[in-house]
Amino acid sequence: MTEISDNTILSLDHLTKYFGGVPAVNDISFSIEEGELAGLIGPNGAGKTTIFNLITGVYHPDSGKIFFGGEDITSLKTYQAIGKRMARTFQNLRLFPNSTALENVMVAVQQHHSYSFGEAVTHLGGWRKKEKEIKARSMNILSRVGLEQRSEQKARTLPYGMQRRLEIGRALALEPKFLFLDEPAAGMNPEEVNDLNALIIDIHRERKFTILVIEHHMDVVMEICSHIICMNFGNKIAEGTPVEIQSHPEVLKAYLGEEVDE
Amino acid sequence: MSAYTEGILILLCINAIAAMGVSLLTGYTGIFTLGHAGYMAVGAYTAAILTLRYNFFFIPAILTGGVLAALVAYIIGVPTLKLVGDYYAIASIGLGEAIRLILENGGKFTRGARGFPGIPSYSTLAVAFCFFIIMAFLMFNLIHGRFGRAFKACRDDYIAASLLGYDTARYRILSLVISGFYCGIAGALLGGFLSFIQPVMFDMMKSTEITSVVVFGGLGSMSGTLLGVIIITLVTELFRPISQYRMLIYGLILVTIMVIRPEGILGQYEFGPNIFKALKARAMEKYSSKDNRKTK
Repeated sequence: MTEISDNTILSLDHLTKYFGGVPAVNDISFSIEEGELAGLIGPNGAGKTTIFNLITGVYHPDSGKIFFGGEDITSLKTYQAIGKRMARTFQNLRLFPNSTALENVMVAVQQHHSYSFGEAVTHLGGWRKKEKEIKARSMNILSRVGLEQRSEQKARTLPYGMQRRLEIGRALALEPKFLFLDEPAAGMNPEEVNDLNALIIDIHRERKFTILVIEHHMDVVMEICSHIICMNFGNKIAEGTPVEIQSHPEVLKAYLGEEVDE
Repeated sequence: MSAYTEGILILLCINAIAAMGVSLLTGYTGIFTLGHAGYMAVGAYTAAILTLRYNFFFIPAILTGGVLAALVAYIIGVPTLKLVGDYYAIASIGLGEAIRLILENGGKFTRGARGFPGIPSYSTLAVAFCFFIIMAFLMFNLIHGRFGRAFKACRDDYIAASLLGYDTARYRILSLVISGFYCGIAGALLGGFLSFIQPVMFDMMKSTEITSVVVFGGLGSMSGTLLGVIIITLVTELFRPISQYRMLIYGLILVTIMVIRPEGILGQYEFGPNIFKALKARAMEKYSSKDNRKTK
């Protein structure tokens, strides 16, 4: 059982999820403190993405509870969970491919800068002002992730690394308290990975929100995260600081050992 | 203007209103429908009964027709649109047929299969045109704003949309209700134009016709839908003298468009100042896809 302090923003309590007869997530408990930049690591198929899907309500757990900001969010639907001010990105990108980069961000920004149906169909009242504000905020976010030059381009035609940045931008546009990044560096070359790390550290510092990042590249996690949870075959096998994780025998056996000793 | 030309223009306005409704649902929200003639029937019969039996003024009668059609859409939408997939498309076929059969067996109230004669001919060109302009204004406003973006998001990737905090079922139902309202209004106007309605006018052929006009004009383009309505309505009229071959020509045009331009005439583009922006973006796309190839 993990201890719950006042600063805890997210805590998982004995979470279990079966797919068929196979436990994808098996009795997982951990908690994340507000403002942390935490990492969730583990080999392929360890159940990392399933944890994200459980937290964001894409799946519901077979047993166990999820608390976010002190509230039980275990059985919330996806849009309700997101409404508690969390945002996530996907391992396989899920942009709106035929919309422009700007529209992709606007559709998220408008969630918190909205106007009524009446204003929408008549374009009267606060419509013009609000639309302007949505657009300005979206452009701000695009320039934050370095895409202001590409705002009018369709998302599917952007280079891969930019699509990843756009997805992070779209998540930021939801003004979350908690950001879940699912393998943001997947498929990137080393140079792009470095840029991305810098971006993640920067936004973490300037926005002071909590980030939980799933990552395969151990070096990336070790570099940017202060708190690491390691999973294998649905079980939590270790938790601690990068130094503790690096020397943890279970982790070495499950993960590092195989890769490092090649 | 001859009565004949006037008739075609009125029909054009009516068809355009119905097609805009279906375009919002099928083009913008990605829900296929084969039963929207049912909503037209609800609107038409409501307006006919209200004007003829209860001496309503035609404008509130038409609006009531639209509202009632929207209500029917809501009732059918709640159970079918919470599910993602083609459930609504299947249900819509049943719905269209059910409404037609209810009207056919409605006894004295709907006058059954004989139809409903003597509706006051309130749908003059001025009335139809005013309705068209107002409805088009509202529709174009709606799609250029947060609702348009939300509908498109639900269409393109409902999981991503729900992970941006959208209750996608709510948006799908909203889209259906609006499109039901548009078709109800169109049906009410049609009744006032023909002065006579009959359940068989709102059968599956009619539903298919509206949906195919929308596909023809381009899914996800409201101006494409209007262009599609103009072309299809005119073609139908043009070949009226050789009416036995009309459906043949109609089919030929649809097949040709689908082969040459499967995304519809306008694709996803809209007329307006933005079309130049879109063309520019398209040029940039080509440029950058060349870039991509080089780096690969």
